[in-house]
Amino acid sequence: MSEEMYDEDEYQGEIKKLMYVNRKAPYGTIYALESLEVVLIGAAFDQDVSLVFMDDGVYQLKKGQDTKATEMKNFSPTYRALEMYDVEKLFVSKDSLEERGLKVDDLIVPVEILDADQMADLMEDQDVILSF
Amino acid sequence: MILHTVNKSPFEKNSLESCLKHCKKGSSLLLIEDGVYASLKDTKYSDAITTAMNDISIYVLEPDLTARGVQDQLIDGIKSVDYAGFVDLTVEHDKVEAWL
Repeated sequence: MSEEMYDEDEYQGEIKKLMYVNRKAPYGTIYALESLEVVLIGAAFDQDVSLVFMDDGVYQLKKGQDTKATEMKNFSPTYRALEMYDVEKLFVSKDSLEERGLKVDDLIVPVEILDADQMADLMEDQDVILSF
Repeated sequence: MILHTVNKSPFEKNSLESCLKHCKKGSSLLLIEDGVYASLKDTKYSDAITTAMNDISIYVLEPDLTARGVQDQLIDGIKSVDYAGFVDLTVEHDKVEAWL
């Protein structure tokens, strides 16, 4: 092996700050589930990932979802598995929760609540933003 | 009388607003899919719904409500129906108008 070559296991690409912005309710459209799948696939690459839930996206994290009667897949337990994929930065919009009469206790995972100014700063700080 | 259905979240689309504006007294509104978010207490749209309930009957499709985990937040006086109830409402009314 020449010295120019690198070991695949040791190679570290540039770590980028990657934000997923989730603004859609679950089930009514496919956006929420697609976003979750992209996040899980993307977790194979070591990146600095943040997930944002705002507007109707906060409903993705609502506790107590039960889809049996609709014969749809309840994917909400998967949000609890994100931690195992080292996706641990979850942010929720304060305004979006309040408009919907929701509290942080209504959510299935621990999150950090941000107001609009804090959210804007976090967005500004990213390298890439993916919207769902 | 018309059975109106709304399947969009009031936070995202103006379907509910337009529907309520065109609902005649005595008609019915069934909230389905993401429209069920309009049936909840303590939201930005709760007042619009409770006011509308003076003139129209409001129903919500329960399987869509429970799928979203929001059944405990249902506004008092909104009637829950299952799929068979949806069919009954359709039969009871002259026509259905879907606000997409």
